[in-house]
Amino acid sequence: MSATTPLVEVEAIARRYTMKKGVFGAPIEVRAVDGVSFSIRRGETLGIVGESGSGKSTTGRMVLGLEMPDAGTVRFDGAAIPPIGGAEWRRQRARMQMIFQDPLAALDRRLPIAAQVREPLDIHLIGNEAEREARVVELLRDVGLSADHGRRYPHELSGGQRQRAVLARALATRPDFLVCDEPVSALDVSIQAQVVNQLIDIQAALGLAMLFISHDLRVVRQVSRRVGVMYLGRIVEEGDADDLFATPVHPYTRALVSAAPHPGRKPTERIVLTGDPPNPADRPSGCAFHPRCAFAVARCRVESPVLADLGAGRQVACHLASPAGAGGVPTGPKLPALEVA
Amino acid sequence: MTDLAAPGAPASHQQPVRRRPTIPLGVALAIAWLIGMIVVALLADRITPYGVTAMDLKNRLALPGNTGHWLGTDELGRDVLSRLIASVRISLMIAFGATLISAFVGTLLGFLAAHLRGAFEQMVLMLADFQASMPFLIMALAVLAFFGSSLPTLIGLMGIYGWERYARISRGLAISAGQQGYAGAIRQLGATPARIYLRHILPNIASTLIVSMTLVFPEVILLESGLSFLGLGVQPPMTSLGNMVGYGREYLTRAPWIMLAPSLAIVVTTFAVSMLGDWLRDRLDPTLR
Repeated sequence: MSATTPLVEVEAIARRYTMKKGVFGAPIEVRAVDGVSFSIRRGETLGIVGESGSGKSTTGRMVLGLEMPDAGTVRFDGAAIPPIGGAEWRRQRARMQMIFQDPLAALDRRLPIAAQVREPLDIHLIGNEAEREARVVELLRDVGLSADHGRRYPHELSGGQRQRAVLARALATRPDFLVCDEPVSALDVSIQAQVVNQLIDIQAALGLAMLFISHDLRVVRQVSRRVGVMYLGRIVEEGDADDLFATPVHPYTRALVSAAPHPGRKPTERIVLTGDPPNPADRPSGCAFHPRCAFAVARCRVESPVLADLGAGRQVACHLASPAGAGGVPTGPKLPALEVA
Repeated sequence: MTDLAAPGAPASHQQPVRRRPTIPLGVALAIAWLIGMIVVALLADRITPYGVTAMDLKNRLALPGNTGHWLGTDELGRDVLSRLIASVRISLMIAFGATLISAFVGTLLGFLAAHLRGAFEQMVLMLADFQASMPFLIMALAVLAFFGSSLPTLIGLMGIYGWERYARISRGLAISAGQQGYAGAIRQLGATPARIYLRHILPNIASTLIVSMTLVFPEVILLESGLSFLGLGVQPPMTSLGNMVGYGREYLTRAPWIMLAPSLAIVVTTFAVSMLGDWLRDRLDPTLR
């Protein structure tokens, strides 16, 4: 397997839920994820950002094979994900793991940490008794926990230590692919940095492919090389992390980037989105973002933009974005008000 | 903060030493009582001074406290102590058997409902609602009237009692653990359903189930007593606590000891079980230690 073939290939996956309003209400189809495609190579991290309800977590669960997409395909190491719950699916879990948002909920509070870190080894029958014990100590050390921490129960650890324990458990089987669903958003800012650095170190050391889901732009930027921005179940912009945050093209990405605090920048430059937060059950016609977009034109209301390659590794779903010019930087829609502000 | 509050105390940065918690006196008494009852039930044949049906017609309605009959005799001159010991055995057997059966059946159905979902879950929930909405005594009376009363029938019947509580608890807790919590995380590690349910969910919800068991246990004893009192439970010559209370009621004014001895056994046993259950719930939770 060469380093250039993608480990994870996701093609146009969609997840729909039906929701009923009232007893006699007509069922409403909610498209949580609507045609998302991307691929992740070995040793590469793809970051996904978006606000609540944008479908990031559902995407993560589908990529990991915890939920079946209603449409589209997920291929892992060249093969489709086997049916959920089957023996083959369970075996495959050893190769792909997940880090959860709430580490206390993800740990069994009645078992000591060491027993839980050991669990994947017991499940997948890796090594003998002594090897498993040794591996647990090694794993705990790798994530910065001591053997003494291993003897404690989850409630006796701090939030950061618990997340490290979850990380140790996820790494036990030496997986190839890790999905991190908001791994640090439940932690204090000071602890966030530690855990994020740990993740980066471990990812680099083990050559893991990673899907990093977060709503925190700084964290995503720090961890990922490529970033996808999701809005209402679709990726609206994807590109190299540094470029994307330096020159966001899609109006939504611009608003997101401007909302992130930045030392030395005047707070007046912030783009404040108007209109209601997106509701997946009541998706606007045309471009889903048009009701909140300052640049929206008539075409945006009727025609849904597709993700188009603008060059320089950037893909944007916006009618008004123009391809990379001579400067090599794609540009988004222009509005005088924005420049003035 | 700690240093301010207790200047002399050593800094408690190390992990606190886990001491064996002392058992409260009430719980110790409850445990002692239950152990005593179980021993009495197991050794019933050896320690009864007289046969359950042995009549001593010269000593009818003898007062308790005399050397021949410590708890007196009933209207036929049968030794109340001997009958009480035999009753404890039958009643405990029914109560333990029934409680275990209903806990097993209920938890199993709850787990299956949580795991399979869909039509099976709906069926289990419907049965649970049906059971909960129907006075159990009426159902029990109907069953006993049709099939007659025998010990296995009685244990089986009582085993249906209360299953819906375990089923609801285990289903609800298993679903919530699977959706957000540790069970979902373990499943994602590739664990088999058996491992998820038996090694993770069951120990986690055991404290809740044990508390319901200690709630159901006294109810089963009381239910059996009620049925026997009505004459539909344990049939003579076999005897149970409720059976003794039932037959003793006619002599309530002249010879209250016939009825008071089994009544007291019922009250103290159910109280001891409740107390033990309450203590166990706290004890089984590592976060409350």
